[in-house]
Amino acid sequence: MTVKDIIEKLDLKCLNEVNLDAEVEGAYASDLLSDVMGNARSGQVWITMQTHKNVTAIASLKDMPAVIIVRDGVPDPDMLQHAKDEDICLLVSHDATFQVCGKLYELIK
Amino acid sequence: MHYTFKIERGNFTDAGQASSSVKRTLKQLGVDPVNIKRTVVALFEAEINAVAHAYGGTIDVDIDGEKIVMVVADEGPGIPNIDLAMQEGWSTASPQVREMGYGAGMGLPNIKKNTDDLKIDTKIGVGTTVTMTVYLT
Repeated sequence: MTVKDIIEKLDLKCLNEVNLDAEVEGAYASDLLSDVMGNARSGQVWITMQTHKNVTAIASLKDMPAVIIVRDGVPDPDMLQHAKDEDICLLVSHDATFQVCGKLYELIK
Repeated sequence: MHYTFKIERGNFTDAGQASSSVKRTLKQLGVDPVNIKRTVVALFEAEINAVAHAYGGTIDVDIDGEKIVMVVADEGPGIPNIDLAMQEGWSTASPQVREMGYGAGMGLPNIKKNTDDLKIDTKIGVGTTVTMTVYLT
């Protein structure tokens, strides 16, 4: 399963077309940054409603290929720029965290 | 190899630059990915702690063939009770910091878990120096 596959199957809006062929090995859903810092693994996609630049900073440090912002969240301009600079694919879903997790789990479990 | 970075009070926008730069260097040096991950988790958390709680400070990173030593020294309020601060879930972060997704009381425990040696020197009203070591061998 690649980032591109997930965009298609979950009908996500892609804000910067990078990392599309990166392999997705799972996902981590959390809005607590230290939780992700401590427990997420490389290759996982991060599902969150946080929309600031520290999210992409952590995603980059943890080698996470993409971030899915839930409920049509709008990233801060510097987050979007940072995602472009760091090659993190920034995705937006109309769904809430629960639905995104459920759909992704069905695809990746 | 020695690197120095500045920490500015409340500047979350640039937080993570030190960790990001150290990560790039360690990758270039061919350091084991597990140790790179441990190092950047600890450094990022310490940096965020200083940005969130202190009035400013510096980060010094020394890398040699055996270890990575990171010293995050801030001028700030100090930590009144280190035992409580080390406890998972304990936090004195402001509501604004919590809104960003910080303040879950996981920062220092994350640092402890990801370093081989952790030393915290703190003086109330003066500041805190956190010294973290990751051994490479």
